Amino acid sequence: MTKMEATRDGYGQALLELADNEKIVILEADLGKSTKSLHFRKAHPERTVSCGIGEQNMVLVAAGMAASGYIPFASTFAIFTERAFEQMRNGVARPNLPVHLCGSHGGTHTGTDGSSAQSIEDLAIYRTLPNVTVIHPSDSVSTRVLTKQLASSPSPSYMRTARNKTPVLYDDVGEDVIQIGKGIELKNGSDVAIIACGVLVSEALKAADLLAEEGIHATVVDMHTIKPLDSKLIDAVSERCGSLVTAEDHSIIGGLGGAVAEHLSTTDGTPLERVGVNDRFGESGQAHEMLELMGLNAAHIVLAAKKSISRK
Amino acid sequence: MTTADELREVARKCRVHIVDMVYRAQAGHPGGSLSEIDLLTALYKTQLNVRPSEPKWEDRDRFILSKGHASPGMYAILAEMGFISVDDLESYRVLGGICQGHVDMKWCPGVDFSAGSLGMGLSFGMGTAIAARLDGSNRQTYVMLGDGEIQEGSVWEAAMASAHHELGNLNVILDRNRIQNDDFCETQMRMFDIPAKWKAFGWNVMEIDGHSMESIVEGLEFLAQSNDGPSILIAQTVKGKGISYMEDNPSFHGAAPNDEQYAQAMKELGVSA
Repeated sequence: MTKMEATRDGYGQALLELADNEKIVILEADLGKSTKSLHFRKAHPERTVSCGIGEQNMVLVAAGMAASGYIPFASTFAIFTERAFEQMRNGVARPNLPVHLCGSHGGTHTGTDGSSAQSIEDLAIYRTLPNVTVIHPSDSVSTRVLTKQLASSPSPSYMRTARNKTPVLYDDVGEDVIQIGKGIELKNGSDVAIIACGVLVSEALKAADLLAEEGIHATVVDMHTIKPLDSKLIDAVSERCGSLVTAEDHSIIGGLGGAVAEHLSTTDGTPLERVGVNDRFGESGQAHEMLELMGLNAAHIVLAAKKSISRK
Repeated sequence: MTTADELREVARKCRVHIVDMVYRAQAGHPGGSLSEIDLLTALYKTQLNVRPSEPKWEDRDRFILSKGHASPGMYAILAEMGFISVDDLESYRVLGGICQGHVDMKWCPGVDFSAGSLGMGLSFGMGTAIAARLDGSNRQTYVMLGDGEIQEGSVWEAAMASAHHELGNLNVILDRNRIQNDDFCETQMRMFDIPAKWKAFGWNVMEIDGHSMESIVEGLEFLAQSNDGPSILIAQTVKGKGISYMEDNPSFHGAAPNDEQYAQAMKELGVSA
């Protein structure tokens, strides 16, 4: 039986584990129960700042604290972080202050709240900001490990976590395998490479199994860090496989697929098929129903892989 | 103790710097710099606990110019305080210069906030005030807001949150010069009873004459003694104060004087040709 956990739980656990560092502070915008910063708040209320339902203020309060030597972790839903995009741009990224913004409930996978809550553009917009690291982990373990690594980064970050449970992929893996900026090869085939992030990494693994039944051997990469992109790994799997697929619960414009396409435009132009939300909004539905409706699940990744192989 | 006359003389020199900077760059914001400069002068000279030779001293008071376009005013007082040199003022809006168009903490010693986008400084100041409290320090945060600026909704997120957290070490000075970019505030967006708004948000409020050094010093004392929550001085000012043709004139929110206007300004500021 596969162990299932939500990445947001990994985030909450990491904050607790970081609490020994007295410079760690938490900022909330009335969604701590949802983003899982509540565990830290309960243990360390004096280092938790409630900003009410005010995301723009929260991001800049965090900036002021970072400028005073603190290490702020601020969280709300991914979609509501976008409301503070300009604060993140002008108040955090521009002065390069180590504010760590976490957007939970990202993607269409977040489900029945519907399109207003399904951020499908967050990775794209934060990726455009100089100095900002952009991360979208695939499971609770890597979320915990990467969140803890962020605490010693001198620069700001945006991390997207997910609301719903997904398979735990790294239960038996040493923490040294999971490093900011380094993609992780989970399968090592030579016919096609599927580069995925977040909740679609487990779908990519399922797709690789389906492809294997047809004699097609896929590489699967968990590209948890969208920026800086692990371009060396992309070059290596491009050379080995000769065809690529990206898979993300995010718009096909500007996210992981966009980042990989930008990189390929400067190299040899390996065929690339992008699995992602095809320039549309979602609707209310269960997580698995959304992945099917938006064309993001394993079956769609299989089709994209075959198409990419056919373009070699 | 600096006397009111001494403060007035520093402010006069700052006004000369402001007009010089904007004239040289043929760009910038003289109106709001001239309206705020008496306030900045008194704040830096009588209250702000900072070390010009050690601008990053950890326990310094923080001053945040949220209306960051009024940067010539801040550069002028930083030069008079010795954070930067008078020669540095020539770098205003010049490629590679420490005096960027809008004040920037990454470029200029003595600047604690990278401004330029209105409505952001009070939130940042709330962060520095909470950090001071966590540090167990008595250092103060002062934030200068423009009156047009408080039309930004996020200012009120910060106002509400600062009062909720009872930040007695957070102080705002509002430069009520009644003019914004396009026209008079009254035309662009009426703000009705500004003191009542801040009181309703839970702030200590005092109104002062922002061009009377005696009134300003009294106001700064009020800020120093109000520690039960955040406090604001609402300073009645005149946009372009000190240069006759700029005073109360929306055209000089963001415009530079020509040669003739420059000469007249210098004459009015007592600078011999």
